Amino acid sequence: MTLNILTLNFAQAISRLGEYLSYGFIRNALIVTVLVSVSAALLGVVLVLKRYSLLGDGLSHVAFGAAAIAATLGILDLEMITLPVTILAAVILLTLSGKKIMGDAAVAIISAGALAVGYTIMKVGGGEANLGGDVCTALFGSQEILASDTTDIVIIATITALLIVLTVIFRHKLFSLTLDERVARATGTKTGLYNLAIAVVTATVIVIGMKLAGALLISSLIIFPAMSAMRLCKSFKLSLLLSPIIAAIGALLGVLLSIILETPVGATVAAVDILIYVITHIIKGKS
Amino acid sequence: MSKTLIRVNSITLSYDGVNVIENLSFDICEGDYLCIIGENGSGKSTLLNAILGLKRPTLGKIELCGIKRREIGVLTQQNPVSKDFPALVCEVVESGCLNRAKNGLFINKSAKKTAFENMERLGVTSIARHPYRDLSGGQRQRVALARALSAAEKMLILDEPVTSLDAKTTYDIYSLIHDLNRRHKMTVVTVTHDIDAALKNGTKILRINKDSVFFGTVDEYLRLDEAKAYVDADHKQNGDDIPFGEGGFRYMGGAK
Ligand SMILES: Nc1ncnc2c1ncn2[C@@H]1O[C@H](COP(=O)(O)OP(=O)(O)OP(=O)(O)O)[C@@H](O)[C@H]1O
Ligand SMILES: [Mg+2]
Repeated sequence: MTLNILTLNFAQAISRLGEYLSYGFIRNALIVTVLVSVSAALLGVVLVLKRYSLLGDGLSHVAFGAAAIAATLGILDLEMITLPVTILAAVILLTLSGKKIMGDAAVAIISAGALAVGYTIMKVGGGEANLGGDVCTALFGSQEILASDTTDIVIIATITALLIVLTVIFRHKLFSLTLDERVARATGTKTGLYNLAIAVVTATVIVIGMKLAGALLISSLIIFPAMSAMRLCKSFKLSLLLSPIIAAIGALLGVLLSIILETPVGATVAAVDILIYVITHIIKGKS
Repeated sequence: MSKTLIRVNSITLSYDGVNVIENLSFDICEGDYLCIIGENGSGKSTLLNAILGLKRPTLGKIELCGIKRREIGVLTQQNPVSKDFPALVCEVVESGCLNRAKNGLFINKSAKKTAFENMERLGVTSIARHPYRDLSGGQRQRVALARALSAAEKMLILDEPVTSLDAKTTYDIYSLIHDLNRRHKMTVVTVTHDIDAALKNGTKILRINKDSVFFGTVDEYLRLDEAKAYVDADHKQNGDDIPFGEGGFRYMGGAK
C-alpha cells in the first residue's frame, strides 16, 4: 500500500520532471547552476588550502551589504556596485590577513559590519513593501535563477571557462602557493600578485553566485565540493579535477531535487553538496 | 676571492621594537658553506628569514648581488603543511623544480628528472606516490629536503636540516650537502645545533649570541676560547660512551 503510494508519487515526480525539463528556462537554470557551482568549486580548493574559507564567507556578506545599498539607491544593475565593492573588500582583507595583524578577526569584523550596515540601510531607506522577502532573497538566493537568459549564460560560461583555463595554466604555481606560501615568496614567486588575483577571482565568483545561493549559502558551494574532493583524493591534481566534477553533480541533483520537492534552488544545491561531503566522510572514515 | 652573492649590511632585526639582532654585517660568497650557530632564541631563524626576504630589517639592508631568489632552495624550520593537504610526495618534490622552468609555470622533463634524482638521494622514491599528509615527521623532513635540493640551482638555505632524522639519514645528508658544496660549487647556508658537523663540514661560521657575534672561517673559529672549551668538553664526552647523542656523528662527519 505505502509502496504503491510511494511509486505513484515517484512516477508523478518523474513525469513532472520530464515536463519541466522540456521548458527552456529550466534548462537555462540547470546550466547556470552547474557553471556557477563549477567555478565556485575550483576556487574552493585554493581557498580551503590557503585557509581562506572564512574570507569567502566574509566577502559574501560584504556583497550583501553592497547589494542592499545599491538596491536602496535604486540602482538596477546591482553587479555594477557589488563587484567593485567586493573586490575592494577582498583586497583589503587579504592584505590584512597576510600581515597577520588581525587574521580571522578582520574577516569577522568586516563581514558582521557589512551585514549590519546592509540590513539597516535596507530598513531605513528601502522599499517598505516586501522587506522580509528581499532580505531573505539576498541572504539565501532567489528563484531569479530560473529567469536566466542567454546573456546571463554567456557571461557565466565565459567566466567559468576563463577560470578553468587559468587553473590549468597556473596549477603548479597554485600548488606551491598553497603548500607553503613563505617558501614560494622566498624563492621569487610574486605571492602578493597571486593573492591579489585570487582575491579578485573570489569576489567575482561570489558576486555571480549570490543570485543563486545568496550571501549565506554561496560559501557552501565554494567550500563543500572542495572539501569532499580533498577527502577522496591523495593528490593535488586529482583534487583540483574532482572538486568541480562533484560540484557539477551536486548542482544537477540539487536543481532536479528542487523541482521535485519545490524547494529553493540555491539552498537545495547547498544541501546536496553538504550531503555529498558527509558521504565522503563516511566512505573515508574519520581521521 | 670568490664572488659575493649576498651582502648583509649592518642590519638590525627586531620584533615589536625589541632587537633580536643588532648591527650585523657579513657576506655570503660563492662556494661558502656557512654554518649559523647559537643558542635557542638567539635569532638564527629570524636572520634566515631576513636573508630570504621574509622579514624586513629595521635598519640596514640585505643585497642579493650575484644570485636570484629563484635559484635558491629553501628548507624552513617549521613545516606548515596542514594535516589534510592533498599532495603526493612526488608532487611536493617536483614543485621545487618549478622555478627552473623558463616561465615558472610548467614542470618539464628535465625538472622531473631532477626531482627524481633528489628523491633517490633522500631515499623517498619508494613512497613517491604516497600522500604527504600521512608521512612521519622524519619522512616529511626528507621530502622537504628533496624539494629544497630540487629548487637549489646555486644556493641552499637550510634551517636545522637534520632535526627529526635518524642517525643514518643524518649522516647521509651531511655527506650529500658536503658533496654538493665541494664538488658542485653549491653555496650552502645552514642553521645548525650540531657544532661538530658544522666544524667538520662548514667553511665559515657565524655564531650569534645575545652579547657577541663571531663571523669567520672555521679555522678562525677554532682559535677562539669557546671553541677550545667546546672541543675539550667534547673529548671528555667522547670518552664516555654516548653512542648517538647530539653531535655523536663526529667520526662520520664530512665525507672526504
Ligand atoms: N614572530 C615573532 N614575533 C615575536 N617575536 C619573535 C617572533 N619570532 C621569533 N621571535 C623572537 O625572536 C627571538 C629569536 O627567535 P628565532 O626563532 O630567530 O630563534 P632561533 O635562534 O632560530 O632559535 P631556535 O634555535 O630555537 O630555532 C626569540 O626570542 C623569539 O622569541
Ligand atoms: Mg630557529
